[in-house]
Amino acid sequence: MPMISADKARDQYDVAIVGSGAAGGQSGYTLSLAGLKCVMLEAGRSYDPIAETPMFHTPRQAPLMGDRTPDKPFGFYDATVGGGWEVPGEPYTTVHDTPLEEFRWWRPRMLGGRTNHWGRISLRNGPYDFKPRSRDGMGFDWPIGYDDLEPYYTKVEMLIGVYGTNDGLENTPNSPPGVLLPAPKGRAADLLAQKHGRRLGIPITSAHRAVLTRHLDYKTIPAKLHPGNEWARKIVQQAMANRSACFWATACGRGCNVAANYQSTTVHLPPALATGNLDIISDAHAREVTIGKDGRADGILFIDKTTGRETRVKAKAVILAAGSAETVRILLNSKNNAFPNGVANSSGLVGKYIMDTVGASLDGQVPALENLPPHNEDGAGGDHFYSPWWLYQEQKAGKLDFARGYHIEMGGTRGMPGGANPVPSDLTRGSYGSKFKEDARRYFGSFVHYAARGEMIPNEQCYADLDPTVKDRFGIPVLRFHWKWSSHEVNQALHAERTFTALIEAMGGTVRGARVAKPGDNLWKPGSIIHEVGGAIIGDDPRKSVCNGFSQTWDVKNLFLCDAAPFASNADKNPTLTIMALAWRACDHLVDEAKKGNL
Amino acid sequence: MQWVMTAVAASALPGSTARAEPRVAPGAAGVTPAPAATPHGYGVDPNLVKGYQPGDFWPLTFSEAQRKSTAALVDTIIPSDDLGPAASAVGVVEMIDEWISAPYPQQQGDRPIILEGLAWIEAESDRRFKKPFAELSGEQRRAICDDICLVSAARPPLAIAAKFFAHFRDLCASAYYATPEGWKAIGYVGNVPLDHFDGPPPEVLEKLGVTQTVQ
Repeated sequence: MPMISADKARDQYDVAIVGSGAAGGQSGYTLSLAGLKCVMLEAGRSYDPIAETPMFHTPRQAPLMGDRTPDKPFGFYDATVGGGWEVPGEPYTTVHDTPLEEFRWWRPRMLGGRTNHWGRISLRNGPYDFKPRSRDGMGFDWPIGYDDLEPYYTKVEMLIGVYGTNDGLENTPNSPPGVLLPAPKGRAADLLAQKHGRRLGIPITSAHRAVLTRHLDYKTIPAKLHPGNEWARKIVQQAMANRSACFWATACGRGCNVAANYQSTTVHLPPALATGNLDIISDAHAREVTIGKDGRADGILFIDKTTGRETRVKAKAVILAAGSAETVRILLNSKNNAFPNGVANSSGLVGKYIMDTVGASLDGQVPALENLPPHNEDGAGGDHFYSPWWLYQEQKAGKLDFARGYHIEMGGTRGMPGGANPVPSDLTRGSYGSKFKEDARRYFGSFVHYAARGEMIPNEQCYADLDPTVKDRFGIPVLRFHWKWSSHEVNQALHAERTFTALIEAMGGTVRGARVAKPGDNLWKPGSIIHEVGGAIIGDDPRKSVCNGFSQTWDVKNLFLCDAAPFASNADKNPTLTIMALAWRACDHLVDEAKKGNL
Repeated sequence: MQWVMTAVAASALPGSTARAEPRVAPGAAGVTPAPAATPHGYGVDPNLVKGYQPGDFWPLTFSEAQRKSTAALVDTIIPSDDLGPAASAVGVVEMIDEWISAPYPQQQGDRPIILEGLAWIEAESDRRFKKPFAELSGEQRRAICDDICLVSAARPPLAIAAKFFAHFRDLCASAYYATPEGWKAIGYVGNVPLDHFDGPPPEVLEKLGVTQTVQ
């Protein structure tokens, strides 16, 4: 990838973008193809997915069979090559009453950010998800609705490639015909769960994931994405033609050197760089948004980690796409006379209303899946099936003790073993020798795993501020996270536990592991799902929100927040697709406003 | 996110390693160098496309005698048979050595369990048969293993040995089934490029009483 060092930056750019993941990648793509000169700052190192992805490598070839360690918390082959749960020299602090409420912050430091590691699950928010307060009186409505974002969901799906089916389920929007790529076939455990889920009223259907189950139609899609822009069309066409279809092997979390799944580094950045309008500076740790005498953002102050020097880039507009909490950190640290509490923080709401996804999971063992004839279930390197939330009507009728829903992600596969004993000793009853090998073969593929990914309602007690004493190694004050779950999250997780138990038992299986001893026990720690959003929410009132409906800050009109910081709610749908759709829309708006001379 | 899949692998399979607990590092004022990752580990940014062998990152531990004990025990647990080669034939001894020699907390915790357990096996072998474990007949090895192969059934004086055996078997199976030979033995088919993905074959669908619902 062509990158520049900090000293090669131009004197002035049109737009400075902080972050290179889904949000930064989409912003860089949209703006550079619109002809704007952009500079992108990435806090981690450069990364080349073509050269660095361990495709087909076996656990045998990795130290410790590829198992997770503090150095590689998601396993040796996880694509994250910098940062993670801990970033040396860049601490954060937490305030919480119970260990269950200790916020965890996953911070990849590398080109492409979290898009290298993520599960590629790409779900549209539905109409309800933009107006939750109108439906149940809690949280906040967004100032935009589904119809505002729909064209952008469609464009993002066409650009990145998303497989799935249109099922017409409540608040689970269809994509226009021909947009989704073919869904992969169900695996054995998926099909069994689907069959038994039907009896329980749980709709189990094809997941939507950003994996190319066939080659993208590079001849026709680019013209739909960039109508009237022949130059952009050609660039995108070339980039799309360079991506291959999935060859049904190698887990997506390793990255993909044939670009069959979405990573910013294989999908957004190549065409953006091909425009010649984008410079990327890696190892650039953003410190502040700088504000000019006219009160507008005029660039970014950052630490060039290669030299340790504070450096500036100048730009006519600024986009923060650093990951929602990083964006909060940068805003709160951008203090000056005009903004003593941080840039764009006249409302005092920067850092407020941070939400993660509610996570709860349960494992089971299903005798019907024992001793199946061996067959290849690698598939698309991640989930094939899922269950969208299905109890909207029961919720509306007041039959549930929590307000928002969850979807179910499902594991249960004859996937690649290694790094963990595939044969639980409680089932083998102490066997060893050839009996043990027979047991291993018998039980392989008979384990199922169901994970709830649910909507958390924003509350006053989940927020981040600057720690009054702790600084990072560059001397920059760090974030301090505060957290408190409400009964809605706790009860939702308990409901998920009951659902999974019923599903496992309907399949003739048994639940494995300890049951929930007391409410809250099965909730994953906040931040664990790595879906933290909010912290600078959008709204239609400058006193009650940080951004307007175009993710443009009320206080500084040439400053846009293009990651998940503006989310006013956190639907159960994984945030990445919505981040990209919002970023594309915000950047279109930025271009329009710039043309009108309004920035 | 992807870690859902990783969590499946780890949590659905007993004997897997615990998730690393996060720690909140104390902050330091001023610009200070980034502290190193786990000392003597492979670091946070190892070359991922290179193939590695035990010993590449940190020195191994086993003496010749410990290697022999380990080989005899892993082959008792996973012998050569119709399903595939014995554990020692596919590098399991070296993988266990690598494991207990690693600088990470989990592995450092396993190290004394394995080394003391191997010593117990040898002492027991000598006590019962006056021979090293590796020189015992299959029947003699089984006589020892049968007493410790199930924690819940082990007599109280053998409780620690039984816990060692369970731990050792976990490690042995983790290593064996990380190899292509182990994959064949367990019935894993994959890690090969395909033109198309067909899902489970008809005999599997029939056995489960399901139909393929994705066309």
